[in-house]
Amino acid sequence: MEEISNLFHGFAVVLQPFNLLVMLFGIVLGVVIGVLPGLGGANGVAILLPLTFSMSPTSAIIMLSCIYWGALFGGAITSVLFNIPGEPWSVATTFDGHPMAQQGRAGEALTAAFTSSFVGALFAVVVITLVAPLVALFALQFGPPEKFAVFFLAFCSFIGMGREPPFKTVASMMIGFALAAVGLDSVTGQLRLTFGFTELLNGFDFLIAVIGLFGIGEILLTMEEGLSFKGRAAGINPKVVLQTWAELPRYWITSLRSCLIGCWMGISPAGATPASFMSYGIAKRTSRRGDNFGNGEIEGVIAPETAAHAAGTSALLPMLSLGVPGSPTAAVLLGGLLIWGLQPGPLLFIEQKEFVWGLIASMYLGNLVGLVVVLTCVPLFAAILRIPFSIIAPIILVFCAIGAYSVHNSTFDVIMMLVFGVIGYVMKKSNYPLAPMVLAIVLGDRAEEAFRQSLLGSQGSVAVFWSNGLVGSIMALGLIALFWPLINDGWIRLRARSPRRVL
Amino acid sequence: MARDSSMSDVSQGRGPGQRAVEIGVGVFTALFGAIVVVGGLQAGIGWGAEGPRPGFFPFYIGLLIIASSAVNLLQIRLTDRWRRFAEWRQLRQVLQVLVPTAIYVVAIPYVGIYLVSAALIAVFMVWLGKYRWSLTAAISIGVTIAIYLMFEKFFLVPLPKGPLEELLYL
Repeated sequence: MEEISNLFHGFAVVLQPFNLLVMLFGIVLGVVIGVLPGLGGANGVAILLPLTFSMSPTSAIIMLSCIYWGALFGGAITSVLFNIPGEPWSVATTFDGHPMAQQGRAGEALTAAFTSSFVGALFAVVVITLVAPLVALFALQFGPPEKFAVFFLAFCSFIGMGREPPFKTVASMMIGFALAAVGLDSVTGQLRLTFGFTELLNGFDFLIAVIGLFGIGEILLTMEEGLSFKGRAAGINPKVVLQTWAELPRYWITSLRSCLIGCWMGISPAGATPASFMSYGIAKRTSRRGDNFGNGEIEGVIAPETAAHAAGTSALLPMLSLGVPGSPTAAVLLGGLLIWGLQPGPLLFIEQKEFVWGLIASMYLGNLVGLVVVLTCVPLFAAILRIPFSIIAPIILVFCAIGAYSVHNSTFDVIMMLVFGVIGYVMKKSNYPLAPMVLAIVLGDRAEEAFRQSLLGSQGSVAVFWSNGLVGSIMALGLIALFWPLINDGWIRLRARSPRRVL
Repeated sequence: MARDSSMSDVSQGRGPGQRAVEIGVGVFTALFGAIVVVGGLQAGIGWGAEGPRPGFFPFYIGLLIIASSAVNLLQIRLTDRWRRFAEWRQLRQVLQVLVPTAIYVVAIPYVGIYLVSAALIAVFMVWLGKYRWSLTAAISIGVTIAIYLMFEKFFLVPLPKGPLEELLYL
C-alpha cells in the first residue's frame, strides 16, 4: 500500500497554506470561467497558465487543476438557471435542469447537479489513485513503437467515437499535426515548413491555438446569437440541500452507471461531452420515469452531471500515467508540465512523486472545496451572468490577448490568436471538431518522434508496430476504435437480419 | 410547400449558404495540405542517417489532409441545399466584434496593452452597449488597473507597455 502513504504525503503538500490559498483562488476563478460564455475549461486554463510561471510546479498544477474543477462545476449553474450551457458537457444538464428551475425547483436541481458532479469526480479520483500508478509502472517498459501505438489509439478513438463526420475529424487532426511540425524538427534540429518566415521558427504554440480556437471563436459564436440573458432566480438554502441529499441515494444505480460511463469515456479520449449525452440517454431508457425525462426529472440532472465530471476528471489519468491527455483541458495541463520543466509520462510517478501525489490529493480536496463553494455562493455566480455581454465580451477578449501574449512575450502570438479565433468560428460552424486539432498540436512532436524512432530501430519496416503482442494489441485496439462506426453498423445489420429480432 | 419555404426565408433572413462556406473550407484545407506536402518535400522525405528525414512525417500528413479534404468536398452534397451558414445580420454582429479586436491586436505592440485594452472595453460599451460615458470610463479604467495589479504586481507577469506607461514610469 505504497500508494496510500504517497497519498498522505500528497495531502501534506496540499495542506500547506499557500497551496490551500491557490486552490481556493483556482476554484473560484474556475467557477467564474465556467459561468462566463466564451471562457471554458481549456482556454480558461490556457489564459491563466502564465500566472503560474513564477510558482513551483506543484502549486501551479494545483491552481490550474482547480480552475478546471471550478469550470466543471460552473457549467451546471448556467445550464440550470439560464438554459445556457456554459460548457459543451453541460448541454445534457439543461434538458431536465432548466425545466426544474422553471418549476421553482432550481435549488433542488443545482444541489443535485453539484452533488453528482462531486460524486462523479470523487469516483474518478479514486480510480486515478488506484489505477494510474499501475498504468505508469506498466508503461515504463514501453519503447518507441508502444508509445506511438498509444498515440495512435488516442487519435483513432477521436475519429471513430466522435460525433462529427469522421473525415472532418481527420482533416482537423492532420492540420494540427502539420502545425505541430512547423519550425525546428525535434529529432534533427533542421528547420522545416517555415518557408523563410522568421516568425515561424518556433512553430505554433498550442496555447495560442487553444485561446484562439476556444476563446475568441466562442465569443464570435455568442455574438452571432446576440445573447441576452434571462435567468431564473437561484435560491439554495440548507433545507433544500439536505432534502435533496436525502433523496439522492435512491438513484445510486444511475450514479454508479454514470460514473463508469464517465470514467471509460474520459480515459479513452472521447471526453466529457459524449459521456454526458450517453449517460443521459441510458438513464432515460432504463429509468422507470424515463417518459418524464425532459420535464424536470432529477435523475436527468444526476446522470449527465455525474458522467461529465467523472469523464473530465479521469481524462487526467492517461495524461499523468502515459503523457497522453484525454481532453483539451488535460492537454493544456500537459503543456503546463512542459513549461514548468517536467517531462510528462510514466517517469513522473518515480521522479516527481511530490508533484503527482500533490496533484492527486488536490483533486480530492479541490472537489470538496468546490462543492462547498458552489453550494454557498450560487447567487453570487449567477449575478455574474447578469453583467451585459457588451461589458463582459471585451473584458474576456482582453484576458485572451494577455494570456496569448504572456506565453512567449510575443505580440505576434496575439495576432495568431485572433487568426485562430476566426478559424475556430468557421470550423465550429462547419462542424469540424476543435479538440483533435488541439491534441494533435500538443502531441504532434512526440508522436512523430516515437514514430521515427520506431522506424529507425526497425530500419524502416512498418512491421515494427506488430512486432510483439503488446504493441500489436494496442494497434489493434486503435484500428477497432477507428472503424468503430462501421463495426457497429455491421453488428446492428447482422442482428437485424437474424429472424428472432423481427417482431 | 413553396409558400412555406418562402415564409421561412423571410423569417430567417438572407445569408451565405452552408454549402458555399463548406466548399470554401474544403478548398482551404486542401490548399493547406498542398503547402504542407511542398514543405515536406523541401525538408526531404527520404531516409537519412537519423532515420526518416524531417519532411517524411509532414509529407504524409499533408497527403492525408488533401485526401480528407477531397472526401469532405464530396460529402458536401449531403448537407441541406437551403441551409444558411448565418444571416448577414448575424455576420454583421460578428464583424462588430472582429474588427475592433483586429485593430486592438495590431495596436498592442505600438501603444502597449493597457491603453488599447481600456479603449477596447470603452468602444464596446459605448458602441454596442450604449452606456453613458461616466460608467464606461469607470469600468474600462477600473478593469485595466485591476489587470495591472493582478498580472504585474501579484503574479509578476510583465505585459507590453507603450509610450504612456514609460511616461508614468510603470
